[in-house]
Amino acid sequence: MENMQNRMSWLKEHLRNEWQIYVMLAPTIIWFIVFLYKPMYGLQIAFKDYSIFRGVANSPWVGFEHFHTLFGSDQFLRAVKNTFMISMLSLCFGFPMPIILALMFNEITNQVFKKTAQTIVYLPHFISTVIIAGIVITAFSPSAGIVNTFLEWLGFESIYFLIKPEWFRPIFIGSGIWQEAGFSSIVFLAAIAGVSPSLYESAVVDGASRWQMMWKITLPAILPTIIIMLIIRIGNLLEVGFELIILLYQPSTYSTGDVINTLIYRQGLQGAQYDLAAAAGLFNATVAFVLVMTANTISKRYSRTSLW
Amino acid sequence: MTNMNLYSRGDKFFVRINMVLIALFTISTLYPFIYITAVSFSNGSEAAAGNVVWRPLGFTIGAYERVLSEPLFWSSYVNTFIYTIGGTIVSLIIIIPGAYALSRRQLVGRRFWNLMVAFTMWFNAGLIPFFLNMRDLGLMDSYFGLIIAFACNAFNIILLRNFFEAIPSSFEEAARMDGANEFQVLWKVFVPLSKPAIVTITLFCMVARWNGFFWAMVLLKDEGKIPLQVYLRQVIAELQDDEEFGQSLIDATYSFETVTSSIMVCSIIPVLIFYPFIQKYFNKGIMMGGVKE
Repeated sequence: MENMQNRMSWLKEHLRNEWQIYVMLAPTIIWFIVFLYKPMYGLQIAFKDYSIFRGVANSPWVGFEHFHTLFGSDQFLRAVKNTFMISMLSLCFGFPMPIILALMFNEITNQVFKKTAQTIVYLPHFISTVIIAGIVITAFSPSAGIVNTFLEWLGFESIYFLIKPEWFRPIFIGSGIWQEAGFSSIVFLAAIAGVSPSLYESAVVDGASRWQMMWKITLPAILPTIIIMLIIRIGNLLEVGFELIILLYQPSTYSTGDVINTLIYRQGLQGAQYDLAAAAGLFNATVAFVLVMTANTISKRYSRTSLW
Repeated sequence: MTNMNLYSRGDKFFVRINMVLIALFTISTLYPFIYITAVSFSNGSEAAAGNVVWRPLGFTIGAYERVLSEPLFWSSYVNTFIYTIGGTIVSLIIIIPGAYALSRRQLVGRRFWNLMVAFTMWFNAGLIPFFLNMRDLGLMDSYFGLIIAFACNAFNIILLRNFFEAIPSSFEEAARMDGANEFQVLWKVFVPLSKPAIVTITLFCMVARWNGFFWAMVLLKDEGKIPLQVYLRQVIAELQDDEEFGQSLIDATYSFETVTSSIMVCSIIPVLIFYPFIQKYFNKGIMMGGVKE
């Protein structure tokens, strides 16, 4: 009891002296509560029969009904499958590109050329998704698009790419690589810049070629960075760029392009089936959380062992 | 690695091949921009027939004339500036003091507050609860709603907090001796010392605002409030299945392709103007954040 009182009076004293940092902290904390934690409270509608008129708290509970509906729905299962397929494919094709680019940039000795090339390949990162989609739609259009113009020059039939399910993933992943490969290489270039020059100097004395040095010195030296980035990437596996998908897909390409978040968008935001869509979102967030936590644990273990 | 004398013949071959490959990659990155610029200045029928490759055919500014005569284009352009500038200012007003407070040792419950911020990077309620929350708060369809709802995020706060934590306490001692309060210490000592980190966050915020479209599309119903990216999306969606627009191709100075391309060019121009500045800071800034995360 006395202990408690002591604590209280200490806290009073502390607040009188240090109130300013709490004033500074308040907007951030309020913002997090209002815009991020309050929606987490609202997630309960995934287990409720939500009605706008009753609101979140007063809608009746329905247990796991929405989850039963979801897992019995071909559309949802297809979206789960597509989410994993698209993220795995972009991992396989998108992840190595920035590493290769960084290694290649490192071999360029002409600084003007290097700077110019870097300036250009970083640029698409700063361009809006809507513009990326606009470029893709224009370039792949059946009659007006440059891609089909080239195909016709080469003597092939023109293809209406954007309505063909088999073309959706290559186009989506390709445009992702076009937009992000250059910018993502910065991290690896930074790692390469940290490699000790003495390693290269002694290799040169031993008569190593540049090709050998790239494989035997540079690549092993940046391996920890590569592994950390890979782990982070796996943690964010479910974060496929659904904004670009919304802009590019059409009913005819849903079979390969519809992912969990686009399904939530259609069913929830366009179709007003809020509770069902929230359940799909909760499933997505839970899997993502497990992935991130696993990735974090692995990363911690890895960086600790790499220290020894 | 720059000593040219040490190259063997194999090395020279390797370096050349490498240069060629990088040049090819660079050109293919740049090409889509050249392509849409060429399309935007081309005659509508040439563009619709797919003849444009890298330079305008039948040069015309017809598409631009049509786009620039649209009041909605201008209002959305102005709106984008409002969201970008307003959003960035609000972000900095929240993030800078917040990150400073979280970096202070004397803050009671510091671990808890930091965990509260970091947890949102790992778990997210998702689109629907966020949307319903915005509706319940009455923040749909308002400039203020869109600005405040995306003013903050865990990543930026943690990035800046780490930067503040790395500043040795000897820097603030002189100010404390002079009787400076926390606000003065932040403003006169920490902010000037953290310029690179603050510029990085400012750029993150500005780029995100300039390019953001999803929530603007979902939350804004009033056409007068939509930003440029949402407008562009509407034009693409409308023109794509507008029969009449297709009919007008016969004498067309503009077409679906040239109109959308010219809006895209107009939207990219401010990014290009700002880009050298972005680049100068990003190379340093992003690494700093990446290493510490």
